[in-house]
Amino acid sequence: MLNILSAAANAVSAVTERPAAPWNPALLGRLGPDAIPHEPIVIATFAAVMLGGIAVVGALTYFKLWTYLWKEWFTSVDHKKIGIMYMVLGLIMFLRGFADAVMMRGQQAMAFNGNQGYLTSQHFDQVFTAHGVIMIFFVAMPFVTGLMNYVVPLQIGARDVSFPFLNNFSFWMTVGGAVLCMASLFIGEFARTGWLAYPPLSELAYSPDAGVDYYVWCLQVAGIGTTLSGVNLIATIVKLRAPGMGLMQMPVFTWTALVTNVLIVATFPVLTVVLALLGLDRTIGTDFFTNDLGGSPMLYVNLIWIWGHPEVYILVLPIFGVFSEITATFCSKRLFGYTSMVYATVVIGILSYVVWLHHFFTMGSGASVNSFFGITTMVISIPTGAKMFNWLFTMYRGRIRYELPMMWTVAFMLTFVIGGMTGVMLAVPPADFVLHNSLFLIAHFHNVIIGGVVFGVFAAINYWWPKAFGFKLNRFWGVVQFWCWVVGFWIAFTPLYILGLFGITRRMRVFDDPSLQIYYIVAAVGALLIAAGTAAMLIQFGVSIWKREELRDETGDPWGGRTLEWSTSSPPPEYNFAFTPVIHDIDAWEDMKQAGVARPTGGYRDIHMPKNTATGIVLAGLATLCGFALIWHIWWLVGASFAAIVGGAIFHTFNYVRSFHIKADHIAEVETARDAQLKGAAA
Amino acid sequence: MSADLTAKYYDLHEHDHPEGFSTALGFWIYLMSDCLIFAMLFATFAVLGGNYAGGPGPKDLFDLPLVAVNTSMLLFSSITYGFAMLAMQNDNVRQTQIWLAVTALFGMAFVGIEMSEFRHLILDGAGPQRSAFLSSFFTLVGTHGAHVSFGIIWIGVMLVQLGRHGLIAANKRRLMCLSLFWHFLDVVWIGVFTFVYLIGMLR
Repeated sequence: MLNILSAAANAVSAVTERPAAPWNPALLGRLGPDAIPHEPIVIATFAAVMLGGIAVVGALTYFKLWTYLWKEWFTSVDHKKIGIMYMVLGLIMFLRGFADAVMMRGQQAMAFNGNQGYLTSQHFDQVFTAHGVIMIFFVAMPFVTGLMNYVVPLQIGARDVSFPFLNNFSFWMTVGGAVLCMASLFIGEFARTGWLAYPPLSELAYSPDAGVDYYVWCLQVAGIGTTLSGVNLIATIVKLRAPGMGLMQMPVFTWTALVTNVLIVATFPVLTVVLALLGLDRTIGTDFFTNDLGGSPMLYVNLIWIWGHPEVYILVLPIFGVFSEITATFCSKRLFGYTSMVYATVVIGILSYVVWLHHFFTMGSGASVNSFFGITTMVISIPTGAKMFNWLFTMYRGRIRYELPMMWTVAFMLTFVIGGMTGVMLAVPPADFVLHNSLFLIAHFHNVIIGGVVFGVFAAINYWWPKAFGFKLNRFWGVVQFWCWVVGFWIAFTPLYILGLFGITRRMRVFDDPSLQIYYIVAAVGALLIAAGTAAMLIQFGVSIWKREELRDETGDPWGGRTLEWSTSSPPPEYNFAFTPVIHDIDAWEDMKQAGVARPTGGYRDIHMPKNTATGIVLAGLATLCGFALIWHIWWLVGASFAAIVGGAIFHTFNYVRSFHIKADHIAEVETARDAQLKGAAA
Repeated sequence: MSADLTAKYYDLHEHDHPEGFSTALGFWIYLMSDCLIFAMLFATFAVLGGNYAGGPGPKDLFDLPLVAVNTSMLLFSSITYGFAMLAMQNDNVRQTQIWLAVTALFGMAFVGIEMSEFRHLILDGAGPQRSAFLSSFFTLVGTHGAHVSFGIIWIGVMLVQLGRHGLIAANKRRLMCLSLFWHFLDVVWIGVFTFVYLIGMLR
């Protein structure tokens, strides 16, 4: 046994030999003083973050908020609170990812005529890698997961998700991944490989420092959380629907959430495997994706896109659901073509699996294979187009109210259609040979991800904010945000389309041809406009919280909603529904309003609810520590933290008492207060 | 009228969902995600399994009789787990524990044989670093072995929990999940035995 271990250890050290740190190398692995940042920009950022962090911690301590946060939020298993925490995580990481975007725009607008700009190539490469990773994994995913977490149980008339503890754990794993990603800013460096870390560049031979290891382990930790949250939401939607709600009576958002979570469970394991294999290559010296000893970099590219393409539908399908809810609500009409909407969603989900190769048409698969994947890719535009027409027909002869969510919906329809059309252009293999890896591609996917996912998240925040907090968002600042973003988006990305048609490739740090500079300057102006829009959004949140009494909604149904989440108070009580609603129509709440159903006013019963637990945050914290130790090869800490995770999980299983009953008296109190509130609102 | 409507639109006499109402489904979905992990490792082996890089191939390395013994250990363990479930159905705690312990022993024999196989390979210079074939071999078989090891730990935990609480509903549910897990690993091993060892020898 010792032999085998030492043989394995020799093999490992033979591959991963690095100059040992001059002080105590065993204790901290390869983490040495050189991991501390020395670039002025990073040092300044570090100082700002530290000061900000100290201020926040100080404020929380001063106002004695730690216990409140710990008890009411961090250890909470309430799907609503977890949903809100996901949104907060997404927002924080959005500001980081957006800062990266502005830095890139600034660099590229400057770096002409021999000017090197202000970012070194080492730094610039990290910035574009981090931007992509953060925006997809730690912005779009938390936003989408947060929305599903908050809304789905309410829409199906449930009191929580199927596995509330697992939900809390999943959230903290996502946070753990984000923490690792952020840590790379100040301890060591992030990958310089682009957001998908293609080998052989991402292999040890070409990226020997810790950057790619940060990439691998931050995504691994977050990915586990995402997979488990997918399992959880599928079980919730399948098992916990209110009586009468067959599959074809589910709200469209819930349908899109179901398909999305099936996609998550069916694709994130692929990401887990491909990252694990890359990690093995880098850590113990296997030969999966290396240039020599039989490795195949193309295997990596195939596997990561088998995850990667469904991933973009994981992001956008729930957003299609959001727009469906919003369009129906603000047109005061039943959604046009519910059945076709459901089938379109399912078809998109299935097709998303058979298009992955369009990401590398140029890599030599041959004409037949390229044709197949080109055609499947174009076919996806059919169900997507069907959705677009359904929204248009819903608006047709509707009484459209241009509240903020509806404004975002219209902006989405205009923007997304153009992004979709440039996508179909890229799906033509001969065209792709010209456009591959160019800024045209960058413009295309920002066109669909910003025009689709980001606009959709803004729409959703404006739509469901009153449900979550009991007051609407300020309209003026919302409108400012809207115009800055929509106009800024087009100013920022139209030049990229043009540059792409010129043949300019992505990820360039400096340029030789001065005639291109004007396009980059225009794009930078667009980015500044978007920055103004983002500031307007933050002001909108601030102003709305400040003036919340003026914006208060007592009814729980400020928009004339049609689905069940609008039938409870805003914010909903912890148990969501005192009595589970019975569903007789797709638009269940609209149906109840039409029928004039009175709320039950007595006969409350005890409600069975899950208990809060600290296990999720503790285990995820240990997993994050384990990831950090793996990145820096601190083997004793890897062993210790892994053992602690297993031990902690086992310890948790010895706790059999995980739920309690909310007493009927308490429910009666809450519901009586609610009756009074409703009377007040009606008067 | 209004009361009738309320009764039509609200479940006024509802009962709580029984505890663990979604567990079987949730665990099954989790298993499918795990199955995909194995599917990817199989695919990786299918792509890289012939890339010996001038090093040893299956015929030089695999000891089929040993693998056959190993396979029988795992198959027996599935049968004995089945006996444990039968004992559980009869609410016989003692017998359930005994069969679980037997299952764990078979599992340990399986993992032990696998580790000695790995040890031989590594000492012979055929470690996971030698070629892409060996990288994918060690990763696929090793991932399965790690799963079995966790299954053994889980059985150990279940033995203690059965001792403490007996065959209460929660423990029965856990035994059923563990059963799914254990048999699932058996099925995966059939795939490993066939595609890695048998077909490897034919290559």
